[in-house]
Amino acid sequence: MPIVDLANPSRFLALTARLMPWLIGATVLAFAVGLVMVKGAPDDYQQGATVKIMFIHVPSAWLAMGIWALMAIATFGTLVWRHPLADVAAKAAAPIGAAFTALCLITGMLWGRPMWGTYWVWDARLTSVLVLFLMYLGVIALWRTVEDPSRAARAAAILTLVGALNLPIIKWSVDWWNTLHQPASVVRLAGPAIHPTILMPLLAMAVAFLLLMVTLHLAAMRNEILRRRVRTLMLMQAQAAPGSAS
Amino acid sequence: MNLGPHAAFIVGSYAAAIAIVAGLIAWIAIDHRAQKRRLETLEARGVTRRSERAS
Amino acid sequence: MSALAALFVREVRLAVRVGGGGGIGALFFLIVVVLTPFAIGPDLALLARIGPAILWLGALLASLLTLDRLLTADLEDGSLDLILMSDTPLELAVAAKAFAHWITTGLPLVVITPLLGLLLNLDAGASAAVALTLFAGTPALTFIGAIGAALSVTLRRGGLLLAVLVLPLTVPVLIFGVAASNAAIVGPVPFGTPFTILCALTLASLVVGTFAAAAALRQGME
Repeated sequence: MPIVDLANPSRFLALTARLMPWLIGATVLAFAVGLVMVKGAPDDYQQGATVKIMFIHVPSAWLAMGIWALMAIATFGTLVWRHPLADVAAKAAAPIGAAFTALCLITGMLWGRPMWGTYWVWDARLTSVLVLFLMYLGVIALWRTVEDPSRAARAAAILTLVGALNLPIIKWSVDWWNTLHQPASVVRLAGPAIHPTILMPLLAMAVAFLLLMVTLHLAAMRNEILRRRVRTLMLMQAQAAPGSAS
Repeated sequence: MNLGPHAAFIVGSYAAAIAIVAGLIAWIAIDHRAQKRRLETLEARGVTRRSERAS
Repeated sequence: MSALAALFVREVRLAVRVGGGGGIGALFFLIVVVLTPFAIGPDLALLARIGPAILWLGALLASLLTLDRLLTADLEDGSLDLILMSDTPLELAVAAKAFAHWITTGLPLVVITPLLGLLLNLDAGASAAVALTLFAGTPALTFIGAIGAALSVTLRRGGLLLAVLVLPLTVPVLIFGVAASNAAIVGPVPFGTPFTILCALTLASLVVGTFAAAAALRQGME
């Protein structure tokens, strides 16, 4: 099937319907494997068993940033090709991104209480994630304020792009402002500093979270396409109603 | 599995993860049902899209 | 007179005449600063320590408050359509409008800052430092805010949405503005480091804000 066919919403719906059971199965399987590996992971010599919180905290942080990147890529479809499916992808991604950002913040707070002695510290990373969360809420608010879907998509696209430009600056400013957290330790040129017994479960959980995100996003996109159909039909019905000019 | 002195925070984190994911799934499932139902009601009233009317 | 210069002069004239509301931002700024001691107490040492932060927050809120004046009136009387249809590139027109807006609402904030510094027990050097950072930083607030104003101008109830969209984007400006002020007053970082970054942020926002606001206007008005 050529890739162009995927751009047709009806084909997309058919493909999603076929793919969905497999995706759900794969997600459940990945979580089962990941959680078993997490259960077997040793405690950290400093942080004890609380290191188990990391296995949800870090994947949700990755998704929080990744979903904004996904929305930024979708904006090219919106602004350059004016493709409705790109609008749908961007709109469906925003609440999911906000949810994972919230999960990252909540687990970070629950991890911070035993480690730092307080639920919230104005640490650089937590603070930038909080700003990211506020920006997700802003995008959602914009989507919910503009009535016409394609105009809402273009407004949200501009905001998403400005955010994508600004987020690295915010991250860097906040780092400059206050650095208390550990330096990034997974992605390093010299290789991961985390011991493999911790790293492997973390990567397994990251794969599981990624599959979950893809499944939820496709399902939310499907809902969004249906919502637009309902909207179109209601507009047509309103136009055809007796008493109108046409 | 011994979760040490901070078990409540670890369990709380996993509970939060389950709650948020369950919330997302519930939102998507309820939304799906609602849109499907509205679409069916509209189609039952004879409102169809141009592409379907032609066939 | 070129079209851009004409637009610029028109904006300034509209802002300073009766009903233009150019000075209201400065008045709001004054009131915020006056209210702060009522909230935290009249401890002069504490006020001097957090003075730069209060001034920056007040200026941020004041410039946000005046932002919906940037485009709303033009939308209502139809001049926005004329600007969109004219031969002048929309980006330049938006830049001229935003610059005029900064002259009439941002600059008064900078001018009254030394006066407000007295209320907050800042010495002359500290007030001058805060005024200088505000002079360098408020254009960034106006141009970032222009994006929000352009996104929300065609919505009927855009005012609160504008604040929600714009405020997170101003975090870096706030960080480096207050950091530069504090560096000048207490150190230990040399004043130049955060101040040059603040200037860089302003220059970047001049470009990004202009283009993003023009793009938002084009999509919103079609």
